[in-house]
Amino acid sequence: MKSRSPRGELVVVGSLLAAGACAVAFVLLYIFDSHNTQLLGLSLGLALVFLAVASVVAGRKVVDQRKGVEERPVLVQEDVEKEVAERAVALREGVSRRKLIVGAGALAGAGVGVAAIAPLASLGPGNVSETLKASPWKKGVPLVDDNDKLLSVDQFEVGSWTTAFPQHADKRALGSAIVVVQILESEVLKNPQWAPRGIMAYSKVCTHAGCAISLFRYPTYEPTSQPPALVCPCHYSTFDVRKSAEVVFGPAGRPLPQLPLAIDANNNLVAAGNYDGNIGPAWWGVRKGT
Amino acid sequence: MRRPRRSSPRTRMIMVILALVFGAGAVYGFAVGSAGAQKGTSVNPTPATPPTSDAQRQQIARGRTLFLDGCSSCHGNDARGKQNIAPTLVGAGSAAADFYLTTGRMPLSNPTDQPTRAQPAYDRQDIDALDAYVGSLGQGPSIPKVDVAMGNIKNGLASFTLHCAGCHQVGGAGGIVTGAIAPPLNESDITPTQVAEAIRVGPFLMPNFNANQLSDQDINDIARYVRSTVHPDDAGGWGIGHIGPIPEGMIAWFLAIASLLLIARLIGEREPR
Repeated sequence: MKSRSPRGELVVVGSLLAAGACAVAFVLLYIFDSHNTQLLGLSLGLALVFLAVASVVAGRKVVDQRKGVEERPVLVQEDVEKEVAERAVALREGVSRRKLIVGAGALAGAGVGVAAIAPLASLGPGNVSETLKASPWKKGVPLVDDNDKLLSVDQFEVGSWTTAFPQHADKRALGSAIVVVQILESEVLKNPQWAPRGIMAYSKVCTHAGCAISLFRYPTYEPTSQPPALVCPCHYSTFDVRKSAEVVFGPAGRPLPQLPLAIDANNNLVAAGNYDGNIGPAWWGVRKGT
Repeated sequence: MRRPRRSSPRTRMIMVILALVFGAGAVYGFAVGSAGAQKGTSVNPTPATPPTSDAQRQQIARGRTLFLDGCSSCHGNDARGKQNIAPTLVGAGSAAADFYLTTGRMPLSNPTDQPTRAQPAYDRQDIDALDAYVGSLGQGPSIPKVDVAMGNIKNGLASFTLHCAGCHQVGGAGGIVTGAIAPPLNESDITPTQVAEAIRVGPFLMPNFNANQLSDQDINDIARYVRSTVHPDDAGGWGIGHIGPIPEGMIAWFLAIASLLLIARLIGEREPR
């Protein structure tokens, strides 16, 4: 029965330890640098790959795959008893190896198990709504385009639109990107005080699944087509900009948060306050803001 | 080698049905607006600069005759539109007239249809006359001058991605916005001038972009990029219809699943009996 391969066993043990290490790395990354999704994915993925390697090598090289039929011997014969005792002694050598593999397996299992459970912390109370509510906008923050140029009122005309950001802020933050559109002042049916000259701004993050609102429609002639609206490209949620981005079609559950606008002394657009609602896709208790 | 793609009637039919479904799903209260609502800065259009030469005057007169013949049933004899049927053309500018006529979008048989690309109904001379007439009605965007040779394809891609790709897709294959179809732009018969006109005018449900937002140079860049989408350089080797991440994702999944199955088959090889 000496068909075991010591090299195979080494590979199995090594892979199991590596899997455990990767899983632990995932947990540490999750705790200390959870924004780095690439590394999170890489570490968890590697842990699973090492587990798979260990299983495959164990199956092919370590566990004896031979099949055989043994005749049942006559029970209790003195010489057989002796042989069994000898074999039991011989087997004890193997026990340490067995223990090593089982130990490594337990470590890998525990590591991956903890890695799988750790993200549950994200469901917990507390920090969730804080990160989602963080907004770089407050009264007087100027709007800039993607090249950090101030947005002048002259840049707009009825039926035009653009993407804008707060000046001197992280453009990649959830609350940063807004879409700015201009419609006729007479078309603004809700919150006209936030829409000087019919120019209005909304969060660019769809309230349904968090896609970037990248479609704007403005009718050449409304009676024979559709009223102006912002549309999300992912599931076609359609927000009526005349009515503070009320949802008129699609799966979104609440309007896009509106950013009140004002015009400063140099004819540039500035924020007149923070959003009127919670930015980003829905979470538990989004309507209460907690 | 690569055929210039024009969507088949079946694809168009599917797109139209989709658009209808989306349109019907959305319940809108129709605002009974006046026929005077116009896109762009021309809300209260200033009078156009009067013609300076006899040739221009003749051209405008000829355009008016053609207009009364072919367009006035919807846009009215004075081109000021008819309530709930068609918008006023005062202040629309020659750019709008040229775009709608050279792309065959006008004349439109049913005013509630989305105007779509077709064979132009008028020849170049007649279109010039109609452009001159519509341009003479009020101050509006004139036909832009585009020089594709001046365009920078890299900047064009950046501008196109930012301003156009949301609806038209980054490869220019077109798409859908609720209530309308964003037409494909990767067709060989679309001229740079038409691209520029559409940007300035914002036909149908498309937003419009003025010179402060997209400069004439930006438009050269975009027109150059749009032209490059007719014969795209598929560096990855396989275009998959150039319609973006969904088919790309599907291909990735199907290839990944196939290779995973293959690997599983290799690992799970049975012993021969």
